[in-house]
Parts: sequence; structure tokens; C-alpha cells
Amino acid sequence: MSVSAALKSAYAKPVAHLLCLLPLMVLLWAALDDGLGANPVETLTHETGEWTLRFLLITLSMTPLRQWTGLASWIRFRRLFGLYAFFYVSCHFMIWFIADHSLDVVAMVEDIIKRPYITLGFSALLLMLPLAITSNQAMIRRLGKKWKSLHQLVYLVLSLGVLHFMWLVKADYLEPIIYAIIAVALLLHRAGPMKRFSLRSSPATR
Amino acid sequence: MIKIKKSWEIPESEVTPEPLYLRRREFIKTGGLIGGALLLNPLAAAQASIAIGDYQKEAVSLDEEITEENDATSYNNFYEFGTGKEDPKQNSKRFQTDDWKIVVSGECEKPGTYGLEDLVKPFPIEERIYRLRCVEAWSMVIPWLGIPLGSILSSMQPTSKAKYVAFRTLHDPVRMPGQQRSVLNWPYREGLTIAEAMHPLTILSVGMYGKTMPNQNGAPIRLVVPWKYGFKSIKSIVGIEFTEQQPQTSWNMASAREYGFYSNVNPEVDHPRWSQKRERRIGEIFKRDTLMFNGYGEEVAALYDDLDLTANF
Repeated sequence: MSVSAALKSAYAKPVAHLLCLLPLMVLLWAALDDGLGANPVETLTHETGEWTLRFLLITLSMTPLRQWTGLASWIRFRRLFGLYAFFYVSCHFMIWFIADHSLDVVAMVEDIIKRPYITLGFSALLLMLPLAITSNQAMIRRLGKKWKSLHQLVYLVLSLGVLHFMWLVKADYLEPIIYAIIAVALLLHRAGPMKRFSLRSSPATR
Repeated sequence: MIKIKKSWEIPESEVTPEPLYLRRREFIKTGGLIGGALLLNPLAAAQASIAIGDYQKEAVSLDEEITEENDATSYNNFYEFGTGKEDPKQNSKRFQTDDWKIVVSGECEKPGTYGLEDLVKPFPIEERIYRLRCVEAWSMVIPWLGIPLGSILSSMQPTSKAKYVAFRTLHDPVRMPGQQRSVLNWPYREGLTIAEAMHPLTILSVGMYGKTMPNQNGAPIRLVVPWKYGFKSIKSIVGIEFTEQQPQTSWNMASAREYGFYSNVNPEVDHPRWSQKRERRIGEIFKRDTLMFNGYGEEVAALYDDLDLTANF
């Protein structure tokens, strides 16, 4: 089966859902199997945070993939990946709110205001909220042209997310730098100069 | 409540009977012959860290649950073997501590290169159950085996110019692969004031959980200063220097505004990027309040009577 046929197959979306839920299932399995290490809360916080970044990067890869492969079907998966980014960031936030702050809203707000890396992370979460809410077909139709500008917020969300990671690291910046390089490449691709080198065989689907 | 037993308080039962003690000496003497035979068996000859024999149980005890041994040996900050928490356990498996030497230098009467055994063997090994509070806001309770640093330092006869003690970790990127990346400015360096170094709670540790010090925890010999953040307790020590000037310390060199020379556990002084008010005890989910001087204020607060702890963090 060709890539094109696979992307258009009726099974493509169910398979994509399963793949997106795989990190969660692996983490739950590890949690039940005492496999999250000595500091399970930290492992869960870091893993859900990193999966949020990965899903944001995957989401933003759909447009370049369409251009490079000439297959418009990639765009069908963009919303799905974006919503999983929101799902993992929600887990990330809840673990932190419950385990680090014992559900104490005042202490949490204090932390958000006082710690710049948390301010960035929390801003990214807040900005993802309207994107998740307006991701259905009805909202797309209702917002019309405004929808596209609103959803360009995802570039800001990704930048805040990467900075949030960069800012909390103690000394080893290798991992956040890898995320930053991929993020910058994806953003530059949209900024224009790289478009010249890509195959623009299909127009935008929306 | 911490209780340091005085040497005269050690119950008779905990002291090695003299005949056994003498036999142990004999064993060490004949060790040369056995050692020769062991060369034929490299696996058996590999152990060079201090073998734990008799020790004074709970010389300092603590009425808190001891951290699971497996957690304390698989969740480590030891960047010489990688920056991930489980890296040190993985990457230190083949670390050899054979023929370990410690160079003592600076303001003292007895500088020189000392074999690990020569430094440690004159003193009885004590078990000390201490809290360990990491600057990353997690903590453990660990039964260390060691010797008061003060006993060893006194035997070097520091001069009146010795105001500080500087420590250095082995620098060998082949044996310590984490040093192949310049995450920190190697070798790892730490330091204490002479008063902190001579304080009875400060120990050089050669083991934990009743056993020889695991490689990932700082074999064969490491510092333990329980009222300071964990990074002060430097691992795999090869150098001890008495100095007149305050020595450079690795994390302070990496980020002076975040890591001070003193680095006393202090819930009132936050790390610039995160709070130090609370900590997660390994094995627990919710955080608990961090104690001033990690709960050792009664013993050590007097060391800092004249010091502004906010400016000297």
C-alpha cells in the first residue's frame, strides 16, 4: 500500500489515535509495574511535558510534510496531533498541581507568578486552551478567516514550551537544544526563505 | 533528635574483640600473598574500595524511615557518569577504584599522597543515618558508613593558615565518561570552611546500607555534609587541600547567582528559579516542608551566627 493510500485508509485515524495513546499506556503500565524509577512523580511530569513538545512538533510537521511529499492527506491528522499535545499538557499540569502543590491553588498561583519558567509553561497551557476549544468543524466555520490567525498562536505556544524546558534545566542543555533546533527549523520553514526549496505541488486544503 | 554517641558510650558488644582484631591485622599482612594469587582471577581482584567489616551501628540515628536502598543507588546526580538520574548506575559499572590515592596538600604539616586504606584504617567506621536534601527539592534518608572528616584532617595537622578545605574529584574522562562532555568545568570541586570541615556531623563516607560504597554513589570515598545541599557532598575524592582563601566550587563556577559557597539547606532562601520551601522525600508522592539546615540547626546553627544567610547562600 502506498503512503497516499495508507493516509486515506479508513484505518488511518484509529491507528493514529492508538499511536498517540501509546506513550500514555507505556507510562501507566510502568506505573503499575513499579517501573517509573525512584521518583515516579518527576518521571511522569517530565515524560508528559516532553510528549507535549513532541506532539506540538509533529503537529507543525504536517504542513511541511504535505509540501515535501505532495500528499494533501497529511493535513487530516494535524488537528488530531494538536489535540493530543493538549491532552498531554493537561496531564503534565494536573500531575504538577496535584503532587507538587497538593491542589493548593494559592500556592500554585504564587509559583506561577514567581518562577519565570513556570510562568512560560503556564502561559503556553492557557494559550492552548482556545485552540483546543475552537478545533471543531463548527468553530472553524463560525470563525472563518479569524480561525487561521487564532491558530497561528501555536507558534507562540511551541516557543514558550521550548523556553520553559530550557529554563528549568540545571546544566545539561542538550535535550532542550534538540527541541529548540527542530522548532526553529519548523518556524523558519513557515517564515518563508525555505519555501523556495520545497515542492509546492498542492494548494492548501482549507 | 540527633544523638551522637561518644566513643566511651559504645557498648562492649559492638567493639570487635581483640583476638579478632589481631587476626584481621594478620589477614591484611598475608593479603599480599593472597593478592598475588588473586591476580590470576581478575574478577576477584577488582574490589579496591573499602571492604566493610565491623562498624558502630547507628552512631548517629534518625527517627525517620530509611530510603529504599535500590532508590538510593539508582537515582543519583553524579554528572561524571552522565546527567540522567539512572546514568551513574549504568555507566559506573566498570569503574575501577584500585590503588586509590588521595593527595593531601596546602596548609598542613603532613602533606603527601595517601593510599585510601592508610587514610581510613586508623579510625573506626561509624554508621550515620542522615537526611540528604538535594538542591532539586527531593530528599532521602541514608545510612552512611564513614569517619568524621575532622579526625582525618586533624591527623594532617593543619596550620593556623588553614581557613578552608578544598576537595577535588577524580578527573579521568576514560574512566568517567560523563567528563567527555563539558557539562561542568571538570574536575568537580567543592569546599568547606575549616569549622564546617571539623564539625562532628561532617564525615568522609566509604559505604552505605552496611556495604562498600557503590560506584554510582561516589566510590571509594566521598564527603557527606548533611546540613548542606547534596552537591556539596563531593564524590570519588582524589584531592584534599587546606587553603587560606575560599576555594572555587563547581556549581558556583557554573552559575554564581544560583549556587553559593555555603549552600546550606535553607527553606527561606529560594533558588532563583525554584522554591526551596518544600521537598519530595523519595518514596513519597506529596511534598513535605524543608527544615532549616535540613533539620540539623541545633548542631550547626552556631557556625553561622555572624553570617547573613541570605547574602551568603
